[in-house]
Amino acid sequence: MTLDLSLLPDGGVPWLAASGEHSDIVLSSRIRLARNIAGFNFSARERDGERLRILAQLRDALPRIPALASAMVLRMDELSPVDRQVLRERHLVSRELVGADGATEMRPASAVLVSEHAGVMVNEEDHLRLQVFRSGFDVPGALQAAVRVDRQLGEQVPYAFHRDFGFLTSCPTNTGTGLRASVLVHLPGLVLTQEITKVLQGLQQMGLTHRGLYGEGSDVVGSFFQISNQTTLGRSEDELAEHLQRVVKRLVEQEYAARRVLARDAGYIIEDKLWRAYGTLRHARSLAADEAMNLLSGVRLAVGLQMIGGLSIYTLNKLLVFGQSAHLSHHAGRLLTEGEANVARARYVRGVLANEVSSDG
Amino acid sequence: MVCSQCQERDAVVHLTQIVENAVTQVHLCEKCAAERGIETSSSVPSHPLGDFLQAVQQQAAQMPGDAARCSYCGTSLRDFRASGRLGCARCYGAFEQSLKDLLRRVHGSSTHVGRSYVCADEPALERDATLSELRGRLADAVRGEEFEVAATLRDQIRTLE
Repeated sequence: MTLDLSLLPDGGVPWLAASGEHSDIVLSSRIRLARNIAGFNFSARERDGERLRILAQLRDALPRIPALASAMVLRMDELSPVDRQVLRERHLVSRELVGADGATEMRPASAVLVSEHAGVMVNEEDHLRLQVFRSGFDVPGALQAAVRVDRQLGEQVPYAFHRDFGFLTSCPTNTGTGLRASVLVHLPGLVLTQEITKVLQGLQQMGLTHRGLYGEGSDVVGSFFQISNQTTLGRSEDELAEHLQRVVKRLVEQEYAARRVLARDAGYIIEDKLWRAYGTLRHARSLAADEAMNLLSGVRLAVGLQMIGGLSIYTLNKLLVFGQSAHLSHHAGRLLTEGEANVARARYVRGVLANEVSSDG
Repeated sequence: MVCSQCQERDAVVHLTQIVENAVTQVHLCEKCAAERGIETSSSVPSHPLGDFLQAVQQQAAQMPGDAARCSYCGTSLRDFRASGRLGCARCYGAFEQSLKDLLRRVHGSSTHVGRSYVCADEPALERDATLSELRGRLADAVRGEEFEVAATLRDQIRTLE
């Protein structure tokens, strides 16, 4: 099976649109709910037959679940490593579902459902992992949508639920609400003013944790951070989401303040650096993945500071995701070597930027 | 350092308070801190899973019931300690007491207060799923000539039917 990305509703990444609030700083808001189906063993004890029956049970139920009735079902064990990685680069599946090195043999019946309303990972660490994204800063909106889909799904598929412990998960760190609310934020101002360490420590004290662009186990590159709640039990879904929304609102204000400081105290140095980043992206013939990410981070800041005009946040979001290695390989129709991917990346970025009208500052 | 409240246990929480510009330091043991409603760093760990597993390990080391098993999926506390993953929903009942303590350490609470869930057909659905699972295992056991296991499974299936 080959992956036809044009069949995915909105490419599976409607959040790239940069339509939400503060989308220059908050790329996306996400709610993830971990659910297991009553009667089946959890993933660590599951046998292949159970995994197949879980997927079959879910597929049977789909027509009765309005939010997922038209979902595309992608079996990870039938996709090539590149195609699996493409889904990962679009944040549609987790690292666990892709397979550790992207090439190992997949366990049967690992799958992802993608509809315009939500995504559902099947046979991941938990039987079901429901995900809803919103463009920009809108954690409550994402929660509302996720709860709606969850309710419909839970009426058709029996969840493992315990009166005291809530929704039961494979790893007790997710038990209770099973909810992970997260935002993907771009904080170059706080990084450049060296406030970031203090800010991240502060988040920790408020029960929030941070990771890199691709969640658990990923490095922080280009000042992109994923911030989410640490605990899932003892507080309601609304409380967890509101807490994140409140703390991140403050964080966004801090980022704007840091940017004002930068513009005031280091105006021309910053301006020069950011235009150089833009120049490299416009003209380089080879771009490594991390390098591109860092340069895009700079240009994103320049657009936020209104130094570079005519360039939309949507375009920058698109470059960030579609300029990654698996996407380039997918587009080329074969697995590119690192060197080839770097050349392809530079060509892709140049092409997109050439189409955008830009002012000369 | 002794706890400045009970003067008995070791202080593990060192709290710096700023009240009207005056800085005071209070040293508390875990119990007194909990009584005062202070979330200790152990209840909100920096790496939930790492701390959690450590807690499981400590717990298991103290417990002779390390070999306790979930009667449904066969996972033991020792398995859980090694992998950090439970085997099935019933493990929560089988290891209830140990889990309560651990959940309290990880989440600062052991009681769910969020959305509740009742599935209209749950008992029937769960029974069907359980039956199909047990039948699958029975077939495996017969194939593997594990007749003792097969007999137990057959009894379980009959009870459910």
